[in-house]
Formats: sequence, C-alpha cells, structure tokens
Amino acid sequence: MNGSTLSLHRPFKDRSFGLVRKFMRINWLFVICVCALAGIGYVALYSAAGGSTTPYANSQLIRFCTALIMMFAIAMVDIRLIAKAAWPSYVLGILLLVVVMKFGHTGLGAKRWMSVGGVEIQPSELMKLFLVLALAAYFHRASHERIGNVFFLLPAVVVILIPVGLILKEPNLGTAVITAAIGATVMLGAGVRWWKFAIVIAVIAIAAPVLYHHLHDYQKARIITFLNPGSDPLGAGYNIIQSKIALGSGGFSGQGFLQGTQNQLNFLPEKQTDFVFTIIAEEFGFIGSIATLALLFLIVAIALYTAMRSENQFGRLLALGIATNFFLYCFVNLSMVMGLIPVGGVPLPLISYGGSALTAVMLGFGVLMSVHVHRDAEFAVDEF
Amino acid sequence: MKRDTKKQAGFTKRALLIGTAQAAIFGAIGTRLYKLQVDEHSKYQLLAEHNSISERLTAPERGLITDRFGVVLAGNQQHWRALFMAAQAPDPASVLDNFAKLVPLDADERARIAADIGGRPGYIPVLLKDYLEWPEMAALEVNTPNLPGVIVEVGTSRVYPFGAGFAHPVGYVARPDQAEAKANNVLALPGMRVGRSGAEAANDDVLRGSPGYVQTETNVHGEVVRQVAHDNGIPGQTVALSLDSGMQTLAVQALGTQAGAAVVLDALTGEILAMASNPGFDPGLFDKGIPTDVWKGWMADPMHPLQNKAIAGLFAPGSTFKPTVALAALKYGSLTPDKILTCNGSFQLGDHVFWCDNHTAHGSITMTTALQVSCDVFFYQVALGVGVDRIAEMAHTLGIGVDLQLDIPHASPGLVPTIEWAAARGVHWAPGNTVVQGIGQGYTQVTPMALATMMARVATGVEVGPHMARRIDGNLQDGSDIGDWPALDVDDRHLAVVRQALFEVVNTPSGTAYGSRLDLPNMQMAGKTGTAQVHDNTAAEKQKNFNDATMAWADRPNGLFVGFAPYNAPRYAVAVIVEHGLFGAQVAAPIAKQLMTYALTNDPAGRDIPLTTKVSDAGTPS
Repeated sequence: MNGSTLSLHRPFKDRSFGLVRKFMRINWLFVICVCALAGIGYVALYSAAGGSTTPYANSQLIRFCTALIMMFAIAMVDIRLIAKAAWPSYVLGILLLVVVMKFGHTGLGAKRWMSVGGVEIQPSELMKLFLVLALAAYFHRASHERIGNVFFLLPAVVVILIPVGLILKEPNLGTAVITAAIGATVMLGAGVRWWKFAIVIAVIAIAAPVLYHHLHDYQKARIITFLNPGSDPLGAGYNIIQSKIALGSGGFSGQGFLQGTQNQLNFLPEKQTDFVFTIIAEEFGFIGSIATLALLFLIVAIALYTAMRSENQFGRLLALGIATNFFLYCFVNLSMVMGLIPVGGVPLPLISYGGSALTAVMLGFGVLMSVHVHRDAEFAVDEF
Repeated sequence: MKRDTKKQAGFTKRALLIGTAQAAIFGAIGTRLYKLQVDEHSKYQLLAEHNSISERLTAPERGLITDRFGVVLAGNQQHWRALFMAAQAPDPASVLDNFAKLVPLDADERARIAADIGGRPGYIPVLLKDYLEWPEMAALEVNTPNLPGVIVEVGTSRVYPFGAGFAHPVGYVARPDQAEAKANNVLALPGMRVGRSGAEAANDDVLRGSPGYVQTETNVHGEVVRQVAHDNGIPGQTVALSLDSGMQTLAVQALGTQAGAAVVLDALTGEILAMASNPGFDPGLFDKGIPTDVWKGWMADPMHPLQNKAIAGLFAPGSTFKPTVALAALKYGSLTPDKILTCNGSFQLGDHVFWCDNHTAHGSITMTTALQVSCDVFFYQVALGVGVDRIAEMAHTLGIGVDLQLDIPHASPGLVPTIEWAAARGVHWAPGNTVVQGIGQGYTQVTPMALATMMARVATGVEVGPHMARRIDGNLQDGSDIGDWPALDVDDRHLAVVRQALFEVVNTPSGTAYGSRLDLPNMQMAGKTGTAQVHDNTAAEKQKNFNDATMAWADRPNGLFVGFAPYNAPRYAVAVIVEHGLFGAQVAAPIAKQLMTYALTNDPAGRDIPLTTKVSDAGTPS
C-alpha cells in the first residue's frame, strides 16, 4: 500500500456506497432496453409455439427473471472484488472447458454442454466473459510504455489463445472466432498499436487456407454452403434460403402476429433458437426488425458509454469487452439469419430460446452494471 | 492519476472508433434488412407462398347417362380412396412402406404406384388404393403423422343400375392407360375414367367435365394444415339417351337366355328406343377390374357377350331382305304391283335347282302375296330381273350395307355385294349369286340396326338415321325432331305397295307372322319374317329342309323379324334377331309383338316425360 491508495479510496467512502445508493446508480435506461428485448423475445417465442406460452415463452420468461435478479445482484458487487475474482474465474473457465470436452454431452455434433445442478451451461459462453475479466485485469496495471512492448503483449495473446484453442476443439468455430475477436478488441481498447493488429490479420489471411484443411467436414460444409446456398436447397443451405424467405416475405409491416407461414408451418428448423429473428421479421416486418435492431444497438451504445464513463481502466476494458461480446452476438446472429456469414450456433441474445447464452449475457450485464455503479472508483495500477 | 487520465483519453478515442465501427455494421445490417424486407419483398412473398401452398387437381364428377325420361343408366357412387402427393413427402418410399402396413398393396400395385409417381407432375396425386374399407380408412386417419402426402378422400366410381342388359347401349368406362395418361395430364388424375364403348365412349368428351383443384397449406412435413381454396371443377354433362329404359328392359327380358338382338327405332326421327344385345355383361367390372375367370368365360362364350350384335353383329338378312329387292325391282320397272310370277316349289337356273321354302308351290302370285307367304321362287326371279347392283343400290338407300353414322362406336356397316365388289375380291359372280340375293342369303350381311333403319325408312318414307344421344346438358340434339330428316328417295307409291304387303304378312291368316299380330284396338303392325341359313347346307340337308332336331345349335338358322307400327301412321320400327333360333315367325316375331305393344301403349317417341306419368298426373288433381 502506498500513498496513492488513499486517494483511490476516498471517492468510494465519500459517496458512501450503501446498497440503496448503489441500486439507484444502476443505468435504468439500460435495464428498460434489456427488458424490452426480453419482451420481444416473449412475443416471438409465443408465436414460435403456434400461439402458446408453452413450451418456450413462459419457461424463457422464468429464466429471464432469474437472470435479471442475478444481474442486479452482481451490479451491487464492488468492482474491486470483481477485479480480484478476474484471474480465478479465468482459470475456472479453462477448467470448465476441459471438463466439458471430457464429460460434456454432445449436441448437434459438438461437445458444448454440461449440466450443473440441473442447469444446462455452455462453458464457452462463460469463457468469453472470464477472458474479458482476465484481460481487463492484465491491462489495468499496464503503463503506456509497457503496452508498446511486444513481450508484455505475448502473455495476453496466450491468455486469449488458450480458451480459443479449447473452444475450437469442441468444436465450435463460431464461438472461437468471436472469443478471439473479443480478446483483440479489449487489447485494442488497452492501447495496443494498430499496426500490430494489421500484422496479425495478415498472418491469419495467409494461414486461412491451411487452417481450412483442418476444419471439420461440417464446418467446411457451412462455408461452402455460405458461398453458394442454392447448391443444396434441402441440405445445409436450406436454413439460409428459408430464413431469407421468412425475412423477405415479412415486407414492411409484416404478415401479422401468428400469421407468418414460414414460422407457423415450420419451414425453419429450430426457429425458436438461432432463427428467432426471422419470426419477428416475418410477422412484424421491417418495422419490427428495425425496432429490434435499434434496441440491440442501444444496448451496445450504453455499454460503450459506460466504458468511456468509467474512471478506471479495469472498468473501461471490462465494459468494452462486454459491449463487444454483445455486439458480436448480434452481428453474427443477424448476419447468419440474413445469409451474410456461414451458419453457426450463435443465438440472438435476450430473444432466442435457451438458458445458457441468456445466463452468460446477463452475467456480463451484471458486471457491466457494476462498472457503471462504481464508475467513479479509481484504483491504482498495482491495486491488486 | 495523470497517467490514467491520459490513458482514459486514449481509451475514449479508441472506444469511440470501435463504437463507430459497430454502429456502421448495425447500419449495414439495417440497410440489408430494408433491401430484403422492403425492396425484394414481392420476390420472397412469392417464394413463401410457393413454399406453403400446394395445389392439386381433383377429378370432376363424370356426367350421368340417363334414358329419355331421366332414369339413370350410368351414375356415380361414392367410395373412399387413398391418394398420394409424393412431392409433399420427405421420403416417399418410407411413406409407402408405412401405408402398406395399414393397407396391403400387392406387387403389381406397388409397381404401378412407382411408375405413376415417376411419370407425373407434382400437382397430380397418385392413386394408392381405391375402394378403401372402413377399418383401412380409420387406420390411415389415425396414422396421418406417419403418412405425409397421403390423402384419404371421397372418390366416385361408375355404377350401372341396370347392369348387363344395358351394357351394350350404355357402354362402360375404364381407367386410362399409361399412354393416355401421359398424353393428357387430366386423365392421370385418380378417379378419371375413359368411356370405352357405347354411349360412355361416344359422349366421353362431354361426360368427362373439367378438373377442379384444391389448394392446401402444408407444413414442412407435408401435413395439410388447412384448405386455402378449392374449386370443384365442372362436372361432366348429363347425356340423356333416346332409350326408353322400360322398353330396353322388355327387349332384354324377351330375348331371355337366347343369343340375339332387338332394336326399336322412332321411325320418324331415327331415335333408338331400345337396343338389346344378348347376352350382356357386367359393365361395372371394367372399372373395378375384371377377374380372370370372368374374362376367360367371356372369351370362350360362343354367344360372344362382349359384342354389341345390334350394331356389330353381321347376319344374313334372309327373307327380311325381300322388301328391299321388291323396291329395287319396282323402281327399275322390272316388277309392277300387278305382275304375276309362278312358283312351282323350285326354280331351275342352268343345272342348279333353287328350292322354295318347304318346297311349297305357291302358284301364280303377285308381289304382295309373295311377301305375305314369303315365296322364295318369286324373289329368285325378281332378283335376276333387276340385277345385283340395283338391289345393292336400293339396300344402300334404305340404310343397309352403308355406314349409318351412328353415334355409337364399333358399328359395322355390313355388306351388300355388287359386281364391282365381287371383281375387287376376285369373286366370280354367277347368276346364281344374284338369285340367292333375292332372298337375303349369300354374301349379304346386315346388322339388326341396319334392318331396323330399313324398316323405319320404308315405313315413313323419311331417310332417318339411327342415333342415341337425345339431350346433352338438356339440349335436344339435331335429328331428334320430326322434320330433321329428308324425304327418302323412293317412290311413295312403291313404298305404299310394300307396306300393304307387309301389313298382310302380319294381319292375314295366310301371312307368315299372323301369329304375332297385335292385340291392340285400331293399331296394327306390319312386318316381315326371315329365317336365314348360317351354314352352306349340303344338298342333302336342303332336301330335309332344316331338319332342325339333328342340327347343332351353331348350325341352326337365325330367326329374324322386321316390322313397324302402327300401320296407318307408322311411328315405330323394330328389328329382332334370335341367333340359331330357327323360324323367325316363331322366335323373332313374338318379341317384336311385345316391343310394339309396349311402344304403342306407352308411346315414348318424341317425349321426355313418360305417357303414364302424364295420365296419372291428370288423374290426381290437387
């Protein structure tokens, strides 16, 4: 403990962070946006079940409410405590990935899932948040000069590559790429030089054909299908075609609630999960889809605002990582639904049916709100 | 602190850059959504409809065939059947396997189904099984989820309430063969039938109708969610035949177990009131499938049940040909009504002797008497006098040996020989051939329909043509009215003389058909008997002169009768043949009597409402 520690602690104490006070500091616009999206999800899942609250809508609502409470709870946790938990949670995430690879059960050809106390979790979803925590902690203490040092950056790259490699092995190409992108964005926010990213991107571009050889057949099929979706209309390309038909047939104002034929007649398999956006687009048209898009972006924007508003580097990088994670979820899912990138098992956060992604995202939002609540906290570079 | 402020400023710059990039990507997604959802909406709307709406054609109900009074002769019966839209099944083969577990399909049926699935456009369902039993239908309904693309629906099959006796005039339908189904997609529809004979074939185009369609919304598994639209199509039109079902029934009953044919015409219009051909067959079997033993039985039957003898049976006319010979001779002046010729029981030409019937010597007689007693020797001489070509010419004028333009398929024109015909065939035409022409033997072959036409034309002096379609969709067909037909190119006086003679055949004690005169007051029948040899009898047999007890059935002569009634105002013409029935006077004339009695009592000619109904209506005023 040195002198600067005192100055760090002052603002905390001065503003007497009682629970009520903290609760009041939560960004309520953000909460409203989150709840609005969950509401859209409820409507879409009700429609996906052919106009029924079962089996999707109500059980998802229960999950959301649970996750919302969890979010508020985490928002109350002192940011320094979260910072202290960063590395242990990273290690825990890595362990979970290893466990799921050995003992997890297979879903859709990949070992991604494990059951903890009856709750299905997907460690790779959690891993993205844990990686952001670890990187934020790592760069929180870094001076401007150290960030310019390549040898200081190498451990961070390793920290990113370990989970990315494990997720690739599951195999889950989509999440692996997203994880790497999140890590890269956090490093960018930390101040790593642009040209270093340029070099890495160039290396990947050269290595890509070689990597392609090592991809699983289904991953290759996805890429091929993406390049030419008409080639196999009832195979892998079927989803893309049906998804685009659903979006396009929605038109400006939509087919009407419960009136979308693509949705109601089950032309889209598993539409309640990855393709949930097509239900909104088909039944509520461009108006519905653009409104959803706007809400999603508002969440990203508030998260970025939170990052910029934070007085400490840890919080800034944390919020940036969480914002980027959410953004990438939206980007990959929507691009997939519109046939812009290969199909990958990436749900639309807050709207898709399923507990794992929702829990992970809301966990992240809890941390984000903690950053917001503790935005005035300053803690020293060597605080922990 | 200072460092951190600097750090924060750098971070803010980068975060803003990242945020801008993310906003740009969101913008791009929004733009892309606009393009998909608004700009290209109509294209995807169409694809969505195509995805979920499936259309299939449905067979129209075949038109009814009725008699002239509206009595149904060919109708439709509903039954359950299973159809298959293979395009709606993700795996057609497994669906067929599932189907076969519930409703057995034999190897032939499976082969046919496979062929049908391969060769049809998607909107035409394939028939899996017709005539489903109730338990089968229930089993299919319960197992719908395992049978995507399978449709259980009500179909119609053809029924013939009058059965075998009406099979020849009404005809029958059968499933289109593969070539027909290929040439015309509509015929590929389950339930579509093609008329193969009789009125069913002759009026097939109007009976068929136009197919309808059913639009259904199907989900991705091919299960029908709801019916979107349907159109029943246009049912086939009702064809009312000129037949009087009562008279037809009587004709069939009168022929009984004998092989033969009976035709009754409206002598003023040519409408066919009855057209029986015995034996008949069950016309419904062609639709459902003919059991092999039944088919073999038909083929082996010496009575040829499948042949419509009334229009395709060829017989020597025998003495029923004599009025034609007389009219030819009268026309060319080789015979006059008063001319007397002598019959000594035989006629010698060169070294050949031609006997008169029963070797009877009729003495010196006129044409009237010759017809009345059916003297052969008289007509041997008349025939020689007028010549074979002029006999043929008159026969053709009267409707014998020519194409009658019948509205019934498979009719035969018959044959009346000419010198030219003989030359073309390399037949040496000797005077003896002309002699036997005089009594309707030799090469001459006629159908009962031709004989009835001859009789109608002689009776009325109108060149009527026989026909059977009276009303199609309620519209009276050409030729059904008196006055639709031209006058016959035969001298009325000659016709009157012949009619007088035919009157005496039936109504004088010495006439050959006196036994079959009508029992009606003020109405008489005129006619001519015939007993035609079917076998080129040896001279010895001629000596015995039809010693019938010793002859095999197939060698016995055919009994014929042609006639018309009432004599003083001819309206009905009749021709009856009983194959191998011996004497026309004994077997054919009594049937004609029954038919003419029925005709004159009920007077169906020119009516669409039975006379009896009218009478009873008048009797019960309300």
